[in-house]
Parts: sequence; C-alpha cells; structure tokens
Amino acid sequence: MAFLSLRGVRKSHPTARGEHVVLRDLDLEVNEGEFVAVVGPSGSGKTTLVSLIAGLMRPDAGEILLDGAPVTGPGPDRGVVFQNYSLLAWMSVLDNVLLAVESVSPELSADERRAKAERLVRLVNLGEAMHKKPHQLSGGMRQRVAVARGLAMEPRVLLLDEPFSALDALTRASLQQELVRIWMRERRTIVMITNDVEEAILLADRIFPLTAGPGARMGTPIDVRMPHPRSSRAVNLEPAYHEARRSVLSFLVGQRRASLGATLAGVGA
Amino acid sequence: MKESKLGSLLLPLGGIALCLLVWTAVSRTIAPDLPSPLRTWEESKPYVLRPFFKDGEMNQGIGRFALLSLVRVAKGFALAIALGTPLGFLLGLSRTFQRAFDPLIQILRPISPLAWLPLGLIIFQRSEPAAVFTIALCAMWPTVINTAVGVRSINPDYLNVGRVLRLSRARMLRKIIIPATLPYVFTGFRLSLGIAWLVIVASEMLTGAPGVGGFLWQEYNSLVYSHILLSIVTIGLIGYALDRLMGVAERRFQSA
Repeated sequence: MAFLSLRGVRKSHPTARGEHVVLRDLDLEVNEGEFVAVVGPSGSGKTTLVSLIAGLMRPDAGEILLDGAPVTGPGPDRGVVFQNYSLLAWMSVLDNVLLAVESVSPELSADERRAKAERLVRLVNLGEAMHKKPHQLSGGMRQRVAVARGLAMEPRVLLLDEPFSALDALTRASLQQELVRIWMRERRTIVMITNDVEEAILLADRIFPLTAGPGARMGTPIDVRMPHPRSSRAVNLEPAYHEARRSVLSFLVGQRRASLGATLAGVGA
Repeated sequence: MKESKLGSLLLPLGGIALCLLVWTAVSRTIAPDLPSPLRTWEESKPYVLRPFFKDGEMNQGIGRFALLSLVRVAKGFALAIALGTPLGFLLGLSRTFQRAFDPLIQILRPISPLAWLPLGLIIFQRSEPAAVFTIALCAMWPTVINTAVGVRSINPDYLNVGRVLRLSRARMLRKIIIPATLPYVFTGFRLSLGIAWLVIVASEMLTGAPGVGGFLWQEYNSLVYSHILLSIVTIGLIGYALDRLMGVAERRFQSA
C-alpha cells in the first residue's frame, strides 16, 4: 500500500453558473521517500490538489490517506511550501522558521528550538540573512525561507506548490539543485506541483501528468530512470531524459488536442 | 528640483495670503463685526506671545488652553482606542458578533457629539468625564471599523500557514492575526484622533470647561470676536500637527 494515496478524489466549486468541477476521479499513489512531480497546464487545478492533500480543503468525494489514516484537516505532517511563499511579513527569517519549529517541537527548550531553526536557515544557505525581514530578501531567498519553514514542520510529506515558478532561470536552477541536495539528505517524501516539464524530469522519480481542467484527471505516471543528483546539462545527453520528456509532452499535448477536438465538435454541433 | 521646492513653499503661502485677503474683504464689507486679520493679531498678541500665562480659569495663554484641550483629547482618545480596538477585532473575527452589532454601530456612528454630551452629563453628573465620554464615543468608530476590515482582509495564505502549523487560537491571534491587522488599526487610530480633536470644541463649548473650545465660546459671549478667530486658527494648526504626527507613526508601522 502506498504511503500517500488519493482515490477517486473529486472537488468542485459552486459558481454563479452552476458547479465548476476542478478535479474529477483523481487517483495518486506516492511511496515513502519518493520525489513525485505533478505536471499540468495552468488552470488544471494543481493548487487545489495541494490544498486537498494539505487538508486545507475537503474533497467532495473520494478519500485521501496518509500512511493508511484519512486526512481530515491541515497539519504539519503535510508541510506546505506555498506558491507565493506566504512568509509572515512582520517576522524575521529566523522567526518565520522558528514559528514552525515551536509548533511541531513543543517539547524542546527555547534554546534547542532556536538552534534547530538556525540550523534549518543555514541548510538553505541563508545564514547571513537570518535576521532580515522578508521584504528585504530577493524572490529566491524568500523561496528558501519557505522551504526551510516547510522542512521545520518535519513533514511526512512535503508539498511544494509551483515552488520556483516566480524565479529567474539562474536562481531557479540553483534552487532546484539545492532542493535535491536537501531531499537526498533528508529523504522525505516530496510532492511537487509544477507546470515545467523539464523541472519535473530533473527532480522527480515519477511524474504524474494532470489533464487540462475543468474536471482534470491524472494520467498514467511516468518513471524517470536517472540517478540523482541530475545536472540539467548532463541530463540532456541521457536517452532516459528525452524518453520521459516525450511521454509527458505527448500526454499533455494529446490531452489538449482531445479537449480542443471536443470543443470544436461542440461548436460544430 | 529647486523650482518645485520653491513651489511647495510659495504656493501654500499664496493660498494663505488669498484667504487673508478674502477675510479682510469680508470684514470690511458684509460683516463689520468680524475683526480683520490685523485686528485679530493685535488683540491676540498677549495670548500668543505669552502662551502660558494664567490670570484665572478662563483667562490663560493660548498654549495653556491648547494643553488643557490636548490632555482632554488624550483621555478621550485613549478610551476610544481601548474600547474600539478589541471591539474591532471581535467584529472582524466573529460573524455572529458582526451580525449582532454591525447595525447598531452603523446607527451610533453618525450621532453628533452635541447629542452625546447631554447624555454624558446625565450619566456622570460632572462635565469633565462627560466630555471624555463624548470624545471617546464619537472618536472610536474609525478604529472599530478599520480594525474589523483589517481582520477580514488578512491574506488567507497567512491564515493557511497558521492552520498547517495547527496554531492554537491564542497563538494564531498573537502571531498572525494581530500583526497582520496592525497597519489597518493604525490608520483607524489616526482617523480617530482627528475626530477626537474635532469633538473637543463642541464638548468644551457645552460644558464650559477651560480649553481652546471653552475659551472660544466664552469670548463669543464676551463679544471679543478676535479671540474666536485665534481659537479657530489654533485648533486648525494643532489638528494638522496631530495628523502629521500620527501619519509618521503609521508609516513607521507599515514599513516595520
């Protein structure tokens, strides 16, 4: 049995023009210690998927199980790195991380908690910026704080919602490397949501393509058989990279054609 | 740069000069009882040049009167924010509370200080607490409403962080809700202080308490009209200074 599993999950939002189905009959199985990427076009309900696993939203139907136990609400065992970082603007880098440490490790002394938070801030290479406020940091640095806070929750699953989408290419590449380094060290289960196929192949063990919404469904997972860490340059020479890229793209493009076809048929009728 | 700096000084002075001109014209033509700017200054000089003299309860320098008014406003303002801030948080946090009290607040809000004051006198029997009560009741609404709006417009992501961390209600309030709302609260404070200062004149006029407003009313009754104008100018200048001061505090808070 998978560590994290979603079965037949459905989520819709009520709108003025009736029910808008975001996710329909969605299945997802993730093994412990695995790095999984969910790739889908924008508007396919990726953030909704994160909110469901995080427990910030309840599914209309289906079930979400973590290690066999149903997810009933939010909790630090499913740490989230939010898309827009969501750092608390009035707290320093250290305090943002410390808030998470305090919440999951109340048994530690104040000194121990502080030491732990400092260690995490250094882990994401922000030792110098420890006492800065979020507005004094660049986008990439804020993202690192968000990752450090996510790790501070000691989650059994770390959920990353388009973690690098707002960053420039260079910063993104270096943060991707860092994420893999941290993951190889900590071996946490990671579910990353992204719309970047290359990023998914570079980081994940398995890729789940999500069809275009509304009513997005999950395609068959694609294995990426390459050892970690992968450098984006070396990966280009690997046949496995191109194979994975072809599979994901052909699924996503095929889906778009299919939905476009359906639209055209609808117009014709 | 130099030109615009000159403009930012000269233009307001021009505006004031124009106003003095109109004032002079009005006092010479349609309102002969209105003292001209020059006469106002002549008759006000002792009160301005010796701002802190005291020749009895109702004959003091304008600085002393202003201080008395400021202390009274400070008391009323302190009471207003002490009541208004928690009330605003309750309104913002609880739908039930909001439904129960929002209509009442909308009804109480537009009531004039002139209406509250007699009620204060009935309740407290003395003029000083009645004045403070009136200032507080009129001035607290911007704080209440801004705080409530601030709580309701907290970025939902912040609240989600708190939910994922399973913060207790108290910690959620202390670590997330209160700091996220503070900029709004401060804007409320600034507006409340403006109203508190606005109300001071009315409450001093009706209670006859010594202060800028009390002085104004007394001098009207003693037919020393130039001192009415002195009081008006003083009230305006102090109100402006208070607003600027609160503006600085507000900005400091927002960038913190």
